[in-house]
Amino acid sequence: MERVGIIGVGQSAFVRGYPGSIRELAYEGFKEAMEDAKISNGDIDASIVCSAPEYDKQRSPAGVIAEYLGLTPQPTFYVESVCSSSSTGLKVAYSMIKAGLHDVVCVLGFQKMSEISSAESQERMGRGADIQWESPFGTMMPAYYAMYARAHMAEYGTTEEDLALIRLKAATYGQLNEKAVYRKPVTMEQIFDPERPPVATPLKVFDCCANADGSSCIIVASEEKAKAFCEKPVWIRGLGASSEPVNMAARDLFTGLNVAIEAGKQAYEMAGVGPEDIDVAEVHDCFTIAEMMAYENLGFAKPGEGKELIGAKETYKEGKIPVNVDGGLLSKGHPIGATGGSQIRTIVLQLRGEAGPMQVKDPEIGLVHNIGGVGLYGNVTILGRS
Amino acid sequence: MAKGKKKKEVDDRFKRFGTVSFTAISKVNDFVDYLAQGKVMGTKCKKCGTVHFPPVADCAECLSSDVEWFEVTGTGKLVSFSKLTYGPVGFEDDLPYAIAILDYGDYKVFGRIDKNIPDEELSIGIAMKTKPITLPNDQLSYVFTKA
Repeated sequence: MERVGIIGVGQSAFVRGYPGSIRELAYEGFKEAMEDAKISNGDIDASIVCSAPEYDKQRSPAGVIAEYLGLTPQPTFYVESVCSSSSTGLKVAYSMIKAGLHDVVCVLGFQKMSEISSAESQERMGRGADIQWESPFGTMMPAYYAMYARAHMAEYGTTEEDLALIRLKAATYGQLNEKAVYRKPVTMEQIFDPERPPVATPLKVFDCCANADGSSCIIVASEEKAKAFCEKPVWIRGLGASSEPVNMAARDLFTGLNVAIEAGKQAYEMAGVGPEDIDVAEVHDCFTIAEMMAYENLGFAKPGEGKELIGAKETYKEGKIPVNVDGGLLSKGHPIGATGGSQIRTIVLQLRGEAGPMQVKDPEIGLVHNIGGVGLYGNVTILGRS
Repeated sequence: MAKGKKKKEVDDRFKRFGTVSFTAISKVNDFVDYLAQGKVMGTKCKKCGTVHFPPVADCAECLSSDVEWFEVTGTGKLVSFSKLTYGPVGFEDDLPYAIAILDYGDYKVFGRIDKNIPDEELSIGIAMKTKPITLPNDQLSYVFTKA
């Protein structure tokens, strides 16, 4: 069967307040991916632009960005699944290539969260929930994940200290990642500083990732073009995606994310591998509890045993299953539409042996877990060297 | 009678729901009237019997819009909750407050916990009731109280 490969990856530095416009921000990730792929604009047959539209003042950003990146007159369009937009973009690119419509597709994720004021941003975040039935109560993203954290703690005895260990790991690698917004070391004392009130009990400031501006770019190609253009293409082995009711009242699981379990199942099946075959993973740690649940939902640990996995440092670089050894969203920051592409970039660099100080030993197969909203959209992607 | 544009009546009752409503018009606007009467209501599909909370005007399972109202009564179990120190724009005066989910068996209810309940009395699994309230800004809502 014809494979689909990734031939170029790039991302901007993730920063607070990018000093430029959205098209200029998009260019940063694009330039790095194009230099990585060593191709020219004319080699790209189509582009998919991925972001969450509520942050953009520009209506229909795909056109403006395609113009700035020299990708006209090729087709371009916009894809959105909030925080997992660029993983969805990758899936669409894969589908277009497999269908024979295009040979080389550029997946460009971006978000300039500082495009609007912090207060406006908070208000829009709240509207990521069910605006008819939940937002009138004054909901916030951290509070939703906090409800999952509390349920996980009650069911499995997970503690705030267990979650703090995930932040300590993120900070360990965030310090090594020159693209990360948060590069300072973090200590247990800081995490449990009594002067800092919890954001939403039981989650504290250091349990939450930060907003950031950033862009990412993944260049995807048919097997023939991938081999022609690239010495070390990384192959898309498995793609899984799922959705869940927005409204919490319509859900049945609060100790894990159904979308991650389902998307993981699909991706493992398509790739013909299991959790034990994954050598390195990127998971959507928008909050520490999200990484804990990802361990369990992806089968790296049994339900409730995620705390033992992090407790034994098995998700560190030298461990059984290294997770987020680029610092994760907790250190890198989370520019909504760019995040999935950044995760994919990390795994591609790992599989090519080019992850620098964050490199794990000789990985063959990597996994990306990218969640949109509060477990609203789930995307799991499995990549391989062969 | 003077000629002029007749103002079209807009049924925007839903804008009274919650501290800040983000929806004005819904086919289940009656929900708000029931709240004013002191009732929290869901809907039940007359064709297939599926119960919905929050209420829906249409049943996607059997494509019927023939639904009837039922009242949320009795007690539900506290599934989970979180107390917010920071809130979105428009909710500053309410802080701090806790959001929560109650499980009634056939359906669940999402909402806020009554502020009068001390933190130490809250734990997952306790029985709670859903109680309609009128907010200081004359908006209508409901809170979870101890059973």
